[in-house]
Amino acid sequence: MERDIRVRKIKDGTVIDHITAGQALNVLRILNLPSSSGATVTVAMNVPSRKAGVKDIVKVEGRELRSEEVDRIALLAPEATINIVRNYRVVEKKKVAIPQMVEGVLGCANPNCITHFEPVKPRFTVESRKPIRLRCHYCERIMCEAEIAKQF
Amino acid sequence: MRVEFAGRDLVSMRELSRQEIEHILNTAERTEFSGDVLKGRLMCSLFFEPSTRTRLSFETAMKRLGGEVVGFAKPGAASLSKGENLTDTIKTVSCYSDVIVLRHPREGAARLAAEVSDVPVINAGDGSNQHPTQALTDLYTIRREHGRLKVRVAMVGDLKYARTVRSLGQGLAKFGARLLLSSPPGLEMSEELCAELESMGARLEVCTSIEEAVERADVLYVTRIQKERFPDPEEYRKVQGAYRITPELLEIASSRMIVLHPLPRVDEISPEVDHTDRARYFHQVRNSIPVRMAVLSLLLGVV
Repeated sequence: MERDIRVRKIKDGTVIDHITAGQALNVLRILNLPSSSGATVTVAMNVPSRKAGVKDIVKVEGRELRSEEVDRIALLAPEATINIVRNYRVVEKKKVAIPQMVEGVLGCANPNCITHFEPVKPRFTVESRKPIRLRCHYCERIMCEAEIAKQF
Repeated sequence: MRVEFAGRDLVSMRELSRQEIEHILNTAERTEFSGDVLKGRLMCSLFFEPSTRTRLSFETAMKRLGGEVVGFAKPGAASLSKGENLTDTIKTVSCYSDVIVLRHPREGAARLAAEVSDVPVINAGDGSNQHPTQALTDLYTIRREHGRLKVRVAMVGDLKYARTVRSLGQGLAKFGARLLLSSPPGLEMSEELCAELESMGARLEVCTSIEEAVERADVLYVTRIQKERFPDPEEYRKVQGAYRITPELLEIASSRMIVLHPLPRVDEISPEVDHTDRARYFHQVRNSIPVRMAVLSLLLGVV
């Protein structure tokens, strides 16, 4: 397997694997990376993958991302996995999960929704995970997969 | 299970259970009462969009219960015209009133208001989203006429933008009603709303003609095509006057069928229908008073 690894292993930090190909930069944007903390971030795109054909990978050195933080990327990379690495070993591995409430990532697709006119953070409840359907907490409209994807 | 309303908001029919709806309707029946139970209480009525019936009905309901009313009916009169946002307006008003009644042209305005207000907020219409007290009035009228809510209701007209259709549909769905849908092309009920109503318990059927809807319904719920909700005036012109309920058309209806309309009407129901024994739209107007009295009393915790 060593020959497939194009980016060197990290000592401590987080590896987000199996990101939908082409979404790595959006993932960074959602996670607000690279942040002012100065963590080294490595991005690999279109990496050959046995499961998905190609995938993107993001490695964040020296920082263990909390799962609530990473779950926000589930909207655009539902198959992603989070690996916490300590001393070159993966000590924790889990799949991202779409949270019950999505906040601060998306805007409402309804142009007449009050959230576009008032100082309030758009919030959505998850009505369905597959296919993903979100309901705006304020205007109660449903946002479908295509409307969500358009925002990234 | 005890139904508790004191201190709550009324924003959407989606969040009311069947039991809660019944509790409001039962309270309305009892409150064809009176008294001064809201003496010393102040309702602030904020209408950012024109309204005659809803605003006057709320004000009447509050005054009939001994309460006081302040507010405005034209957004131009508000500090909004000075650039104040809704959030600040609501925070301010909630400092000096006991309950806020809000109508606003944007969807979600009432939810936002409820979040920032310290006192109960009643949604009197937020864009094309919700109009819960109208739906409660409609349910109250249907129950009084038919004795139950598991009935066949033909919804005719603008099923796309009409907030009364959305709110009433959600209310009826909780009682397992059958909804017969009849709309001009382009104004069909959205797939999203159809799916939601079915998941809540309604049975939906799309009628191929208005005659089919009239013939099979226990209740004919007619809506106005709302010019103000059309993004494109050309689209409005295409469907303007697409249907008209006349006494002749109603001849094919069952003997117990009644006609409702949230009003105002333009030309969807001919004035001759007013003289038939099917017309109940002015009863709806009358019924809105006990329903709003019940809502105000419940949210203010006096019944």
